[in-house]
Amino acid sequence: MALLQLRDVNKHFGGLHVTNSVNLVLEQGEIHCLIGPNGAGKSTLFRLILGEHHPGSGQIYFAGEDITTLKSFARIRRGLSVKFQVPGVFKGLSVRQNLEIALQSRLHGAALDQEIERLLAFLNLEAEQAQLAGNLSHGQKQWLEIGMAIALKPRLLLLDEPTAGMSPEETHMTGEMVRRLNAAGMTVLAIEHDMAFVRQVAQRVTVLHLGQVFAQGSIDEIVADERVAAIYLGQAHA
Amino acid sequence: MAGFLSLFRRLEGPQTLGRGPAFWALFALVLAGALAYPLFSDGYTVGNTVYFFVWVFIALSLSLIWGYGGSLSFGQTAFFGIAGYGYGILTINFGAAYGFTWIALLLAVGMAALVAALLGYFMFFGRIAGVFLGIVTLAVTLMLERFMAQTAGPEWRIGAARLNGFNGMSAMPPLTIPWFGGPIVLFADVGLYYVVLAMLVLVYLGLRILMNSAFGNVIVAIRENPERAEMLGYDIRKYQLITFVIGAALAGLSGVLYTVWGQYITPSSMGMTAASLPLIWVAVGGRSDLTATIIGTLAVLSGFQALTIYGSQYALVFMGVLLVLTVLIAPNGLVLGVINWITKLVTRRKSEAA
Repeated sequence: MALLQLRDVNKHFGGLHVTNSVNLVLEQGEIHCLIGPNGAGKSTLFRLILGEHHPGSGQIYFAGEDITTLKSFARIRRGLSVKFQVPGVFKGLSVRQNLEIALQSRLHGAALDQEIERLLAFLNLEAEQAQLAGNLSHGQKQWLEIGMAIALKPRLLLLDEPTAGMSPEETHMTGEMVRRLNAAGMTVLAIEHDMAFVRQVAQRVTVLHLGQVFAQGSIDEIVADERVAAIYLGQAHA
Repeated sequence: MAGFLSLFRRLEGPQTLGRGPAFWALFALVLAGALAYPLFSDGYTVGNTVYFFVWVFIALSLSLIWGYGGSLSFGQTAFFGIAGYGYGILTINFGAAYGFTWIALLLAVGMAALVAALLGYFMFFGRIAGVFLGIVTLAVTLMLERFMAQTAGPEWRIGAARLNGFNGMSAMPPLTIPWFGGPIVLFADVGLYYVVLAMLVLVYLGLRILMNSAFGNVIVAIRENPERAEMLGYDIRKYQLITFVIGAALAGLSGVLYTVWGQYITPSSMGMTAASLPLIWVAVGGRSDLTATIIGTLAVLSGFQALTIYGSQYALVFMGVLLVLTVLIAPNGLVLGVINWITKLVTRRKSEAA
């Protein structure tokens, strides 16, 4: 079953056609990676899915419902969740409070505390729980924000460059986190440049180029595709 | 019952300084001192102290909207004025019998809240934020002042109440409690002192509970990162609007109590100076904490009054210098800075002892 479906989605910024008739189907339960050179329109596509931008034309469906005109918070309440490219944690609040704010609309009292403990363990942040989120290392901030995103128990988790600025070990750990979440039933759509991470987690890959879907397939198919290699080297301007 | 108890637990939490038996013992001590204070003083001085207390509500409203919510509002004085004039118009027309002054207090505060709801709706649902919020609220405040300033003519009246331009509206009745042997009239004396003190304690504790609740969590989350807060599924516009309305009601309460205290209000209560002073009290104290806000406000106010007595025209200049110094030395507030420094010292000593 398609969990997320984009139909002929277009977005212009002035004369710039950043999203050009994008059609994309995300199946329930898959880990899907979105790759493409800088300026391909990946982050804009996320913003369209999240309702921070609204498409000029085209429709977005989530779990069969047309969400094209819904506000961001309403989409989140329907089961979407996101980790931004630049970690958007609440810097002036403690790690624990960051998680509490993400969890409190779903859980209360002892159940809330229990879930915070479980998430702290999952994110390897138990020792840092009383620290201000602004004092965490870059990788820890990324994890904390992933924790806040999954605290909502989303059906679809959007990850915008989850491993940016991470060491290879941290990247690998993040990959394992994503796979565990997926094994528990979460559908994941990730923008990522790190091909080791993509290889580790992706079941399907979509290549975006100049606002259009350029290629789609398994990681091996994409890597073998000479046209994809060419756009990364800046040779093809289709 | 369990729900009631959980409210009490919210008196302490990450959003407010002070926890544990030591803090509440100190709180009880300060409260006992405040309760006993009129026994050791005269009516005039006690009445003067009420004047300080009156301003604490508007300071708390700024702490809520600006310190906790992250939106700088110059509109608090507008709500102060609306409620102050509202009380005057109501009581001059309907008198003080049957406890009407208390209904007028509620209605006047309600008026301020209603105006805030309308203004706030257009601002927050129109996604006006940051410095633009300050500009819009300042414009509303100054517009109200200009409007009230030109109402000197006899044609500007609502029922029996003359608006009276810059001469100000006066002779509204003070708060009056209907009583068996004849009504108790609360002039700026010991009676009013206890009433305002009770309100202050209730508002302080109520705000502590509110800010440490799930609602308060979302408010500080919006201050820290509105986009992230929305992407956790919160309709941040609603939270901002509710905070703005609560803040307006508190500023309105200040306005009513000010009018009640001196039986007098003028458009300069809504002028540029009046709009800036609360910002200074709150900034100096530490806007992101209720307790620091109260301490800062009372300290700066009493200092300001002493200054106006000994060097009238320099008092405002000193206020400006104080604000600049605060911003440069302790951007989070002097009182809050000192409290945090002491807490750090104490915890370090404890850990060294252990």
